[in-house]
Amino acid sequence: MAFNSIVCVKQVPDTANVTANAMTPEGTVNRGALPAIFNPEDLHALETALEIRDRWGGTVTVISMGPPKASEVLRACLYRGADRAILITDRRAAASDTLATSYILSKAVETVGNYDFVFCGRQAIDGDTAQTGPQIAEKLEVPQVTYLEEVLDLTRDSSGKGTAKLRRNTGNGWEIVETQLPALVTVVETANEPRPMAAKKVLRYKNMVVPAEVDEVKAQQLKEKGLLLEQWTLDDIHADLERCGLAGSPTKVFRIESIILTKGGYVAVPATEEGIQNLVHELIVDRTL
Amino acid sequence: MGNFYTDNEDIQSYFEILDVRSLAEMVEDYAENGDADYVPENLEDAVDGYRRILEIVGQVAAETLAKNAQQVDEEGNTLNPDGTVTLHPLVQENLKRMTQADMMGFTLPRRYGGLNCPTTIYTMATEIVSRGDTSFMNMFGLQGIAETINAFASQEIKDETLSRFCRGEVTGAMVLTEPDAGSDLQAVRLRADYDEASGQWLLNGVKRFITNGCGEILLTLARSEHEISDGSGLSLFISERNECVKVRHLEHKLGIHGSPTCELVFTNCPAKLIGERRRGLMTYVMALMNGARLGIAAQSLGTAEAAFRLARTYAYTRHQFRAPIEVLPPVAEMLTDSKVSIEAARALAYETAAVCDREQYALRLSETVAELPADKAKKMKQLSRQLKRLNAMLTPMSKLYGSEMCNKVTYDAIQVLGGSGYMKDYAAERYARDARITNIYEGTSQLQVVAAIKGVTSGTFQNYVEEFEQTVFEDAELESLKKELVCAKEKILEAVTYVKGESITYVDLHARRLVEMAMSVIIGHYLLKQAVKFPRKKVIAKYFIEREMPKIESARLAVLSGNRMAVDHYLEIVGPVPEVE
Repeated sequence: MAFNSIVCVKQVPDTANVTANAMTPEGTVNRGALPAIFNPEDLHALETALEIRDRWGGTVTVISMGPPKASEVLRACLYRGADRAILITDRRAAASDTLATSYILSKAVETVGNYDFVFCGRQAIDGDTAQTGPQIAEKLEVPQVTYLEEVLDLTRDSSGKGTAKLRRNTGNGWEIVETQLPALVTVVETANEPRPMAAKKVLRYKNMVVPAEVDEVKAQQLKEKGLLLEQWTLDDIHADLERCGLAGSPTKVFRIESIILTKGGYVAVPATEEGIQNLVHELIVDRTL
Repeated sequence: MGNFYTDNEDIQSYFEILDVRSLAEMVEDYAENGDADYVPENLEDAVDGYRRILEIVGQVAAETLAKNAQQVDEEGNTLNPDGTVTLHPLVQENLKRMTQADMMGFTLPRRYGGLNCPTTIYTMATEIVSRGDTSFMNMFGLQGIAETINAFASQEIKDETLSRFCRGEVTGAMVLTEPDAGSDLQAVRLRADYDEASGQWLLNGVKRFITNGCGEILLTLARSEHEISDGSGLSLFISERNECVKVRHLEHKLGIHGSPTCELVFTNCPAKLIGERRRGLMTYVMALMNGARLGIAAQSLGTAEAAFRLARTYAYTRHQFRAPIEVLPPVAEMLTDSKVSIEAARALAYETAAVCDREQYALRLSETVAELPADKAKKMKQLSRQLKRLNAMLTPMSKLYGSEMCNKVTYDAIQVLGGSGYMKDYAAERYARDARITNIYEGTSQLQVVAAIKGVTSGTFQNYVEEFEQTVFEDAELESLKKELVCAKEKILEAVTYVKGESITYVDLHARRLVEMAMSVIIGHYLLKQAVKFPRKKVIAKYFIEREMPKIESARLAVLSGNRMAVDHYLEIVGPVPEVE
């Protein structure tokens, strides 16, 4: 009674570890100072899929959309035991908002096919929208269960139809739901403890790259050694280009403001009745209070 | 997310100091490895692989082992009425994580699913694991049992057991000590009788203080030759956990509560012989013990590192007299002493590990490579014997120095924390309790001295350090420090000559002083060598050598004094045996 999972993962800038160098003097994000990491909740989505495979059997396929260097998160999935990893990388997909991204990922999921689950992390730490997962479900026309905390049971009837009993976190409690499969499930970080990387898999896959990261000769050599990751373009997943990238993204950014907080010295407030009154007055004038 | 490998530059520097690439060359040049899909492409790839492996260990140690350590220490494991042991749930989780990370077949060949790492890399991993949880090292560090099986057991036994170790399905125990056979293993009495009817060996008797005695694979030292009363009547047996072996008692210990220490009762337990009869203690257990001693040196390092980091942070954050306490000279000195001692112990342990790797390689080449030309085979044999002698001195020294250092550093960590250090609120007291076993088990410090003294008095020490003395440093300060070490060596040789004219009792009485003097000189040379490549090490080397020189002089005076009062006036001084109330 095997269950196949597809996990969507994303490489994101490490916004949790912002250092003094996070912004350039011009006020833009200094990509160099913000290392790219595996979106934390996506690791929990991957772990959920791996645990299902450990318990019931099946396969775990990982897909990610991003530039060639996002192959790093796919390798990280292989290190933990994913069976297959695919990177969708295409310049025409650049500047996609959540609508376009979910469209592209849904086409990729359809191209992979034969799945019981699509797992996503609840949300990514760069945009924090939590929209992409649910939007993929809408486009695939499958049920969605958000904020998964525990997979309670999976069954499959004689006709092959699968059902999942899941516990989801509702913020102030929990709810047990039953859903037909296939379904899309978003996972929160309290769901599990992601497993460590397996050393033998790291040794095996550490030199693996996507074709876009190397020249053709090198790519051919790596392919012969089985060290080439799968790389798909929008054509490979038969995507409608009008619905991808900038063209497919109705989100219009109204304004981007760079806020640089500068420390302009400090004022010592005397600990007297008068000192405090002056401070409060100043804060009211400043509209802080 | 913490990582106990990537946050430790000193460990990382040993990739360069020890030329890890050459160690990779040795372990990879071995046809018995077997094939696997994770074989490195070349030596650079192998070395890169070692770093990756240590990064994974570093992460599991920081994020799982260290996080679980306090609760494991407080709650311990459970003995069930049926003579089995249930490991603490968090110990089980630790094991699961380490298995998921492929860490349980660290040095075994790939044909069994192992990582085929050099002993040196394993020693680093052992240190990192111990920093997370000293007690869990006893699960991780018992991989020496699998190594012993790999080295001495029949192919049939190897095929049956080794891949299960690598998959994390089983853990092992070395079942040696008995109520009346602790340090003196020659006195082991547990009986092994060959049962003609069933065609197998049956074990009967009691074993005590068995680390992880509830493990699935037991390597048991037993008396197979009942007419021989010494060590040559002992053989080594392997058995699986079954109902013929019961855990009668789980020890209540000062520290390492996560590690179950068992009293085992064997009743007609079927077992298989490892290797040949009568070689159990002299050959197999001695080899096993040497590896285990190096493991304890690494365990000591990790525990001390954890305690030092806690003390260092506390001394910076704790303010008294309107300043952080680290500005007070006596506090500063406890911390500088601790740090230098840790780095000194690490130098000794890792250099010893590299010697182990070289010894194993030379031995394997001389024994297994048939096409080796006769003269080369002979050379290899010579080299292997020479390295074995060196190792027989360095391994007990590593354990002696490391475990005593660990006790001092964890003791001082409590002192730096003061009243808070004495409380359970901080891990300092746990580190000190865990540290206390390191200079007792796998041979007490006193026994390490017995093992190491021969190397100091027989010329091994002299030959070894005189190789280092050949180095001429461009840096005048390093050269002058080296001269201090040369002078110290002369003092040691003077003391050795003196004790050779005295009785065996006198040598026994002063052996520790001689061994400690010798260790200081050896470590001094290691640190000077490191200072050439790593400028920061210069101050470490200088601090260490300047600290040790007066101690060497003091030890020399004690040895040359002819003082044997501890033996001659024993009864006068200690008085009568206290009456039991």
